[in-house]
Amino acid sequence: MTAVLCRHFGLKHIEIAEDIASDTFLKASENWAVNGIPENPTAWLYAVAKNKTKDYFKHIAVFETQIKEAIKPTGPEPEQNFEFSEQNISDSQLAMIFAVCNPTNSTESQICLALQILCGFSVEEIANAFLTKTETIKKRLFRSSANIRNDNFHTQTLQETEIKSRLDTVLKTLYLLFNEGYFSKTNNRQIRKNFCSEAVRLTLILTDNYSTNTSQTNALLALMCFQSSRLEARINDKGEAVLFDEQDKTLWDKTLIEKGNYHLVNACNGTEVSKYHLEAGIAHWHTTPTDQNKWQHILQLYNQLILIEYSPIIALNRTFAFAKVYGHDKAIPEAEKLNLTNSNYFHELLGYLYADTDFDKAIYHYEQAMGLTKSKIERQTLTKEIERLKEQNSR
Amino acid sequence: MKEFALIFRLKDVADFKPSPEQMQERMNWLAGIASQNKLADKGNTLLPIPGSAKTVKPNNVVTDGPYTEIKEFISGYIVVKAETIDEAVEMAKGNPIFDQVGGNIEVREVLKRD
Repeated sequence: MTAVLCRHFGLKHIEIAEDIASDTFLKASENWAVNGIPENPTAWLYAVAKNKTKDYFKHIAVFETQIKEAIKPTGPEPEQNFEFSEQNISDSQLAMIFAVCNPTNSTESQICLALQILCGFSVEEIANAFLTKTETIKKRLFRSSANIRNDNFHTQTLQETEIKSRLDTVLKTLYLLFNEGYFSKTNNRQIRKNFCSEAVRLTLILTDNYSTNTSQTNALLALMCFQSSRLEARINDKGEAVLFDEQDKTLWDKTLIEKGNYHLVNACNGTEVSKYHLEAGIAHWHTTPTDQNKWQHILQLYNQLILIEYSPIIALNRTFAFAKVYGHDKAIPEAEKLNLTNSNYFHELLGYLYADTDFDKAIYHYEQAMGLTKSKIERQTLTKEIERLKEQNSR
Repeated sequence: MKEFALIFRLKDVADFKPSPEQMQERMNWLAGIASQNKLADKGNTLLPIPGSAKTVKPNNVVTDGPYTEIKEFISGYIVVKAETIDEAVEMAKGNPIFDQVGGNIEVREVLKRD
């Protein structure tokens, strides 16, 4: 809703659009509580928003003619008439995604803005997810929306060239938005799920639009579908992470896996191999628990991925896959060469690799990991593992 | 951090086409270096086959292939990041090429031309 209104107002008036949107929802909650939910709630909301906008313009017109006559507003005059038609909603949302993913803002800010403007999360919810103070998020949002306003990015007409030059940034932000949900620091399961499904929704807008339905977009969507299919299985009722091998595979969402397959096929109709392709490929193999050569394939994909882009997490995951193919003994020197002694994941990997052969080293690395991790869930998992090893060793 | 080129040489053109297993081992080695964030340039393969390799000499003499005077030929290169040449040499020692087909790897510090 904010997206359509912004398209109408221009991004300079983003607060007005947001105010009207939240006023509309406020009115809905009052009215629906008394009169019940109308037959077509979406249409109802849009009708109210439209009226509120008209009121706003009448108000402004008086203000403009009587008080501010001398000052001319910048940019084209907004038309009084606009429609919340399906086409307009979809175009506006697409344009808004491109406006929010502004490379002059840091990626953190882009994600915060996307969460607020495109997904409608409150400042509190966002702060909760990032484990930061609401003040910090407020400041971040304030600064970054100012940047957007000054950027003069017109959402009325999204040009082909703008789409091309900004699509990479857009995909990266959506990828990080998804990861924020999938690997979130917060224990709040609902927020995490909402983040993920919002990222999927926004990416779907891109695949629905001819000029943004690229092979990379499809690869990213495939990746999100595969990962989402395991959302239910990877956290248990107590909020603890469930290791892949111990996940209840019946909880995996088959529909999402099929959707992922569909988009992965779409992604492979060119010659392009992006990091989204490789990550989607890896996620695809994870959805096939029985295949004998699964880890062989996963290792090859990680090999390619690490050549495109180095990151400590990719390096660690690659080494894990290496251990699955060539055994723990051969993987230990590979892992130690990574030398990421400040990373809890590095010590977790070494603890895991040493667990069957060298009790002392395994305990040493697990304890190092304990000291480094900030996640409560992870500390619980590690404590359990250390206890299990100690018990095993005392026998 | 310095940069070193690792230049691969093979003895026989017949060794040039690796089997899928050999390819996988070489990829593992390369990705292992990249995993330590020590790969400056993943380099390229240099084709030694007829039509893809010629040598230009004085007086417009052009010969086929790289292999008239030396038996060995260069098959490719990568560039790694390392503190010392010894560290780069250690990386080269891990290359599966020695077990697979023989050949050698020359390690040379890169002096940037800027």
